[in-house]
Amino acid sequence: MHRTGKKLAVIAGAFALTIGLASHSAGDPDENSLAIEGETIVTDVKAPADSPLEHLYSGWRFRASETQSLQTDDFENPGMVAVEQAIDQFAMVDGSEGKACADCHADVSDFKGLRPNLPRWDEAKSKPETLEHIINECRTERMGAKAWKWEAQEMLNMTALIGLQSRGMPVTVETGGPMASVWEKGKELYYTRVGQLDMSCAHCHENNYGKMIRADHLSQGHINGFPVYRLKWGGLGSIHRRFKGCMQNIRATPFKRGSDEFIALELYVASRGKGLSVEVPSVRN
Amino acid sequence: MTKKLAALSLVAGMLAITAPYATAEVVLPDAVMIDDGEVAKSLTGSAGNPENGRKVFANRKQGNCLACHMNKDLSEQPFHGEVGPTLDGVADRWEEPELRAILINSKIALSEDTIMPSFYRLKNGARTMDKFDGKTILSAEQVEDVLAYLKTLKEE
Ligand code: HEC
Ligand code: HEC
Ligand code: HEC
Repeated sequence: MHRTGKKLAVIAGAFALTIGLASHSAGDPDENSLAIEGETIVTDVKAPADSPLEHLYSGWRFRASETQSLQTDDFENPGMVAVEQAIDQFAMVDGSEGKACADCHADVSDFKGLRPNLPRWDEAKSKPETLEHIINECRTERMGAKAWKWEAQEMLNMTALIGLQSRGMPVTVETGGPMASVWEKGKELYYTRVGQLDMSCAHCHENNYGKMIRADHLSQGHINGFPVYRLKWGGLGSIHRRFKGCMQNIRATPFKRGSDEFIALELYVASRGKGLSVEVPSVRN
Repeated sequence: MTKKLAALSLVAGMLAITAPYATAEVVLPDAVMIDDGEVAKSLTGSAGNPENGRKVFANRKQGNCLACHMNKDLSEQPFHGEVGPTLDGVADRWEEPELRAILINSKIALSEDTIMPSFYRLKNGARTMDKFDGKTILSAEQVEDVLAYLKTLKEE
């Protein structure tokens, strides 16, 4: 994006007298590489031609090594407890039709390849759908069961289990066709200054990733690891929960989970991470 | 006079994060004029208190300047950010009227694209939370206090 270049020029001009900016490389992502259970996870990849970034880095690369190591071993990963629970849920009968997920989906590994392509266009409903929508559609329309709330434990467990099936696969989300206008809307939201502190997502995650903002090492803000196990939350959280938190920190009224705005932002942010591996469930501080 | 001061601090207390607009001397946010990157006159009509300014600078709910700036003078505080330049010796680089303008409205005084918040401006980003909407991040007094503190950051 042109903004970055311009901004750097401004800084360079204004601070010619101060210490050189080159010292900022101290805050760059680290050199660690991630393999989980012997499987290589791509945590850094050359950005696609139309990306505002030159190189993409997973949020994992900006975390402290103790946090990183929790994700390298499924026995250590606290997010895997949720996955275990989801395996039970998958086989559990629920709703008026007396069915379990497993009655229609013989093996959860059939969902391999789904996560990298979400959100996607729902032809029947003529609107974009996220993994949460797809799961709830099966519950309400096929099982006669109640929809799970966006941030309900059952929902987080299930999105983690389904996401895990695609671990290691590159994010490839579709941004053309009927998704084009949704993507444009997400992009606009990404670059809009919000809140009393008056910042856009790009101010932190595009212009300043790699630097410390107080105690936090800023990443590029990708969503390839969601739902994520956050040590601060003591559990899994959804993409939209993270978006909410970032907006609240800059004193902006967040959009609601599942809102058209957050779905558009989810698509746009997902597209910024094309090529990074799915690493669900990731671990962050 | 003492009576007036007591009334003032009461108002300041009630409004917590906003300026005590009731005073005649305070320049209201909309009335501030940034002229060629400078605001020459004190917003309160008097000099600020550097000790209080030091606290406002570090306080996460007020200036939170440490989120983005390193500052050796506050080395007792953990975690200094590196989004902006270090403020060590900042008073050697900028004159008081320039520093005041930077604090009041960084978008005008530094650059339109800056990440730095504008601390004395009523209209900020879209969807500002109700409890902060139409309010300045710092009061006029706090701006002057932080400014007085910045002026102590000299290296030469
Ligand atoms: C004031 C700076 C700031 C702004 C503005 C901001 N964020 Fe963040 N965000 C953070 C910090 C700090 C973290 C935690 C460390 C990290 O991963 O960057 C974070 C984390 C994230 C993560 C998790 C990344 C991961 O790998 O787990 C996502 C996704 C994210 N932000 C998206 C957004 C979006 C979308 C916006 C705009 C609505 C936004 N952020 C605005 C500071 C910010
Ligand atoms: C009564 C049968 C039935 C039940 C029970 C059921 N589903 Fe489905 N599910 C379907 C059908 C039919 C589709 C759409 C056809 C397809 O793409 O496989 C589908 C699609 C999906 C998809 C999208 C697959 C893709 O690749 O596009 C997911 C994910 C899914 N279901 C998850 C679940 C979960 C989780 C449960 C339990 C909470 C569940 N389903 C229960 C029948 C069912
Ligand atoms: C969200 C990050 C952020 C916060 C919070 C912040 N600043 Fe800044 N500040 C910057 C950036 C970045 C610059 C460099 C100019 C630019 O890129 O816009 C800057 C520049 C400055 C400058 C000019 C510095 C120089 O050496 O030339 C001063 C003075 C300053 N800030 C003071 C403050 C004070 C005082 C506070 C707290 C009341 C504060 N800043 C809060 C990001 C921030």
